[in-house]
Amino acid sequence: MYLAKIYVTYKPSILDPQGEVIKSALTRLDYTGISQVSQGKYFEVKLDARDVEAATAEVKSFTDSLLINQNTETYRFDLSIVNEDEATL
Amino acid sequence: MKAAVIRFPGSNCDFDMLYALQDFGIDAEILSADNNDLNDFDAVFLPGGFAYGDYLRTGAIAKFSPIMAAVIQAANDGKLVVGVCNGFQILTEAGLLPGQLQVNKVPGFICEDVELLIENPNTAFTNAYETESIMIPIAHGEGNYYADDATLAQLEDNHQIVFRYAQNPNGSAHDIAGIMNERGNVFGMMPHPERAVDAVTGNVDGQPFFKSILSEIIAGD
Repeated sequence: MYLAKIYVTYKPSILDPQGEVIKSALTRLDYTGISQVSQGKYFEVKLDARDVEAATAEVKSFTDSLLINQNTETYRFDLSIVNEDEATL
Repeated sequence: MKAAVIRFPGSNCDFDMLYALQDFGIDAEILSADNNDLNDFDAVFLPGGFAYGDYLRTGAIAKFSPIMAAVIQAANDGKLVVGVCNGFQILTEAGLLPGQLQVNKVPGFICEDVELLIENPNTAFTNAYETESIMIPIAHGEGNYYADDATLAQLEDNHQIVFRYAQNPNGSAHDIAGIMNERGNVFGMMPHPERAVDAVTGNVDGQPFFKSILSEIIAGD
């Protein structure tokens, strides 16, 4: 069984209003050295696949079609082999 | 002529839309998103709300609900497909309209009457308006329209921008409040015209929106 850890972020050109609000809150809390905050999404998906190539293809397919909106978001992911009952994170 | 108002789990403006359509004599009914057939309907309305809890992204789960294949078919057949607020978000996620609705530029839910400029009066959704600007309520946290520069240029060139905000409330690119597809039969807007059809609410600026749709449907029969 494979575990995909998928990290979704905004494309560089996209304004991230939530990141900006978090940044201003951090500045209010006197963390004066904060230059940028961006907020993304993190997914863990366990899947069966016959080999790592098939698992990679499937992760790309469902991430492109559902997990991200390609207008504004991009992603990277790590793939590892795990046992079904193995705790993640 | 018959209209379907699609009820997704989490829709909450389905009755507002139904009543507005019925006010104008349109034979309308609410149809669950679990259905997969719209052959009996001439027009389809996707109402506001929080379909599937807006989990993941607004409209992201709704676009894979059983009804959406039929909605896409209806759009391809040239039937009117109208999405308001969450319905607009679903239409963009489904690829029936370009772009995406993002979190408002200043994050937070905005609920107020806003002035809209009628950018294209020659559409199935605006042809009954006799003024250039109207007041329509908005109620959204994700109404910040985004599309890349090439898409925005295409929307401008093809006169697909139907409504613009007079004072941009949410950061939308090109002040966009409502757009249609190139063919002119699929339309989405963030403001709620169905909440501005009855005089008891103090605002009837949504009435010509429904009159426009009605005349279009009658013309198409």
